[in-house]
Amino acid sequence: MKKRNWYLIFGSVLAGIVAAFIVMGFIWTPYDPTEMMTGPKFDAPSLEHIMGTDNFGRDIFSRILQGAGSTALIALSTVLIGAAAGIFVGAVTGYFGGIVDEALMRFNDALTAFPSVLVALVVVGVLGGGKYNVILALGIVFIPSFARVSRTAFAALRNVNYVKSVRLMGANPARIICMHILPNTMSVLLPAITIGFNNAVLAEASMSYLGIGVKPPDASLGYMLSEAQGMLSLAPWYALWTGGVIVVMIFAVGLIGEGLQRRGKEGL
Amino acid sequence: MEEELVLEVQNVSCGYRDGGVFSRGEVQEVLHDVSFNVRRGEIMGLVGESGTGKSTLAKLILGMVKPTSGKVINYSRRPQMIFQDPFSSLNPAFTVKRIMEEPLKIQGVKNRQEREDRVMEMLRLVELPEECLRAKPYELSGGQRQRVSIAVALIQKPKFIIADEPVSALDVTIQAQILKLLKKLRRELDLSFLFISHDLNVVYQLCDRVIVMKDGQIVERGDVERIYDNPQHEYTKQLLAAVE
Repeated sequence: MKKRNWYLIFGSVLAGIVAAFIVMGFIWTPYDPTEMMTGPKFDAPSLEHIMGTDNFGRDIFSRILQGAGSTALIALSTVLIGAAAGIFVGAVTGYFGGIVDEALMRFNDALTAFPSVLVALVVVGVLGGGKYNVILALGIVFIPSFARVSRTAFAALRNVNYVKSVRLMGANPARIICMHILPNTMSVLLPAITIGFNNAVLAEASMSYLGIGVKPPDASLGYMLSEAQGMLSLAPWYALWTGGVIVVMIFAVGLIGEGLQRRGKEGL
Repeated sequence: MEEELVLEVQNVSCGYRDGGVFSRGEVQEVLHDVSFNVRRGEIMGLVGESGTGKSTLAKLILGMVKPTSGKVINYSRRPQMIFQDPFSSLNPAFTVKRIMEEPLKIQGVKNRQEREDRVMEMLRLVELPEECLRAKPYELSGGQRQRVSIAVALIQKPKFIIADEPVSALDVTIQAQILKLLKKLRRELDLSFLFISHDLNVVYQLCDRVIVMKDGQIVERGDVERIYDNPQHEYTKQLLAAVE
């Protein structure tokens, strides 16, 4: 009997619960997240407002449902852009090597040398704020790390015997890269993607917190956290709930990542 | 008598240059003026200790490396290779069926039924049970894996196969079975082999002719019996003495 991978099980369950709430938030929230005066201002958690209300009397639970949704969406899209482009660059440089590899990786090094928030800041500065530009900015920021990880994985496999063997069969490089090498890099790439997701959640939160992220009426967890800071003494639960949700989200995905990594180490 | 050849290697030399993009290192000559041929239906043994350029020679014949001088003429279409370590030559993410079908897909055999028929035919030929098709490589034994990689080579209908130490990673009993299988395949499919090995016993059991290599050069060549009974070169004598 195989040993159970508790990291993967707990992580998936927790992420499933979070995802269920997020999906619920898209369909139904107890109150309109942007409607003011649904109850008294700074109301402590009660049966009507299970997470209390903020300075405009908006229902915090409804806002968190929606905010978690947009944070998850931003993080997911960011990781998708970063991973897709990064894996593409990494696969090409890792598989072919040579001058292209050297040039692209040095460019990559240069990009990595800038703090990621700074790069994102430049992109947002040029394109303007808002949800979609944040996604684009963070997506670009995430490309180098994925490129690096996948380059290493592809370079390690480019000359193993089964790749040589399909090359002898006359397979073209695209087929070798996508069908023969890519599935075998998943034990490295999947954990990298989960870690990337977590970093994206944090990056979105810090950007929105700094006021260069999503704009009202959109809400995201980072934006709400910066709102909550202003009313820390009057409604401390606001910051606690928001921060707590970020923590749970990251914890869940982090567990999945750890689980995948262990599964990869055990050799399938 | 005009013999039909499957491979001719003419005065081939090959060297590597070490160093990276910005530095040009010394040229290391791995092969020096190597010539031999392989006749149709024959198993040619290639013997020599590690580092003498046996594997480089294999790569040259397959076109993975270019010679610095001389030339390689393949008379057979697309020679195939059987690798030493049967684990690393099979994609760990695929099932055996997928691995065996892959060469057919690459060749553009679109008909699924036709592919499956060919796979089954090969499976019988290398004497593997049908259950193996659903298995992943790590679920098979070393001998079974080597049979799968032989099947993968054969499914492409080659006339000439390079076997690079195909049995040296296996137990002695399994070795004997694989050697028996190779002999059978040669007979039934009219195959020619270049059989690379450092194990003279194995070569003696299997091969018709042998070439002995040392430091990138051929030091002795001839029929396998002649070499065993009456070795001429000092190095061949040493190799034989080491076996006994």
